[in-house]
Amino acid sequence: MFQYLIRRLLISIPILLIGSFLVFILVASAGDPLAALRTKPGVTAAQIHSLSVQLGLDQPIFIRYWNWLTGFLTGNWGTSVALGEAQAPVYDTITNALWVTLRLVIGAELLALVLGVAVGVFSAVRQYSIFDYIMTSVAFLMFSMPIACVAVVVKNYGIQFNDLLVSLHLHRWLQTAGPPATGFGNNLGQVIVNYSGTFLLPTISLMTISFAAYSRFQRASMLETLNADYVRTARAKGLSQARVIFRHAMRNALIPVSTLFALNIGAIIGGAIITERVFGWNGMGTVLVKSVGNYDPPTLMGWFAVTATVVVAFNLISDLLYGLLDPRIRLG
Amino acid sequence: MANATQTTADGGSAADAVRHEFDAKARSQTSIILGRFVRHRLAMVSLGVLVLLALVAIIVPFFLPYNFADTSSGGYLTPSARHLLGTDQLGRDGLAQLLRGTQFSLAIAFSVAISSTVVGVLVGAVAGYLRGFVDNSLMRLVDLFLIVPQIAVVALLVHALTPSWYVVAGVLAIFSWMQIARITRGEALSLAAREFVEASRAAGAGTWHIVFKHLIPNMIGTITVNATLSVSAAVLTEAALSFIGLGVQLPDTSLGLIVQDNYTQVLLRPWLFWGPFLAIVLISVTISFIGDGLRDAFDPRQTKVRA
Repeated sequence: MFQYLIRRLLISIPILLIGSFLVFILVASAGDPLAALRTKPGVTAAQIHSLSVQLGLDQPIFIRYWNWLTGFLTGNWGTSVALGEAQAPVYDTITNALWVTLRLVIGAELLALVLGVAVGVFSAVRQYSIFDYIMTSVAFLMFSMPIACVAVVVKNYGIQFNDLLVSLHLHRWLQTAGPPATGFGNNLGQVIVNYSGTFLLPTISLMTISFAAYSRFQRASMLETLNADYVRTARAKGLSQARVIFRHAMRNALIPVSTLFALNIGAIIGGAIITERVFGWNGMGTVLVKSVGNYDPPTLMGWFAVTATVVVAFNLISDLLYGLLDPRIRLG
Repeated sequence: MANATQTTADGGSAADAVRHEFDAKARSQTSIILGRFVRHRLAMVSLGVLVLLALVAIIVPFFLPYNFADTSSGGYLTPSARHLLGTDQLGRDGLAQLLRGTQFSLAIAFSVAISSTVVGVLVGAVAGYLRGFVDNSLMRLVDLFLIVPQIAVVALLVHALTPSWYVVAGVLAIFSWMQIARITRGEALSLAAREFVEASRAAGAGTWHIVFKHLIPNMIGTITVNATLSVSAAVLTEAALSFIGLGVQLPDTSLGLIVQDNYTQVLLRPWLFWGPFLAIVLISVTISFIGDGLRDAFDPRQTKVRA
């Protein structure tokens, strides 16, 4: 196990290095960070030249990559070069955005996981019941819906709900445009109301697709374990239905699902980009859209480096988790 | 039996009829699979709906009184006999936009699915058959492509190139072949260990001969099912990409772009938003069902009927 971990880590490092180098070339060749300055009146060629020397644009790509890499590893991620971003340090931009996105994503994923597992188990135990058919159709529909549209619809029902509250002379509860700027309030009741109101809508829209995946996955693996010999043995021993389902079947059926979360992380980031956009959160998605639009290479590199590391780390976690949870799988 | 009666009806002798009494017309694998697919009701209905949708998207624009780019009618008209889905902010006919968006979305989705499947199958089959160094390098390449979120890197590339539909389709395809490569590789690994492949190799067949004549024909089920699934994935990814404004741009369009243009109007003018939304869902749902039907047709062991 330990050896496997070390070996996987050693494989991950060159993959991250080569990957970041390729992304660096991609980002560097995707545009000209000084394009806006070149057409700006009153900027001389000499100024442009000194700026491109300052940004290292006159150097070969290998040296630029090396400089970026050493900077990145020592915590110096550079500053934004986009106009109007006022030389914002990339490290601050990315870490702030990552925190915002993580708060949003982790809650939604955990909820989706719990709900998905519950629905999946119940669907499998009552296979071909009305509940099973309904949940199968719901999952199919959720898989087929563009997350952007889901988020828009959820947001607008939220707005209508708020209008209803206002018409009943109550306060607006749901936040539809980012977290409240003034914080969540002072006393516990206020915090709970504000917190739930802020997170409810984006959480619902983020959950839909993950929930569909988890419930289908859990149903399939639960069906497999329910038909396994050891479950028949457990029944033959005269154990209660609940004990057979929860202790014997469900525990083993949880193994594949627990790794799905880790493998799904790329798709989850994609979903978060859209959801943040609709609900006006300044997370990783907003940073990406902005820095692609402005063509801001330092921020883009920071963004890609962080997400790539997260993806590789979660893939590793998923492999390790599988080995830990399922003793039939020997890592080595 | 049908054969036997036919022979007698053709005037064959009684002896002939007896000789051919138990002949069964040999059914090819293709016709068996097609037969199973045709009997899959949901899949057939889905196929019909999808074909109908595509035909409507292609044919109906010729009969509309307005061109998709015509802005002469004034912005935000409510639905009427002239404009069945009203007009958008710029005065373009909602229905004409929707149909044109459907055309582009379908074109993007199918070209992404086809090209990524071709690349993925070739990479996966070669890696699984040759194993060793080739396999290792190709699979590390897959890992490399998987470490960056697809939508982010595609957005960056499309923004750097031109936002026309075929660029979006091409870039999406470049970052969508990895899943099918992994699946094909797994299948090629197990097929390559079978006797008929070994026999072919012993007879002197080259790598490409074995890949094209023995491996790919035996994986056609997996390949088709995954290709259909990648169509609906491409529809959704394209919609997401165009929604954040980093996908298809004018003069081309897509369902995602139309959603992006009109989503602020969901309460005031719901017809502008729900049209493209439902079109995306319809394409995606029907393709999933077709994929399901194909899976059952290719592999009857996996049918939903309990064994």
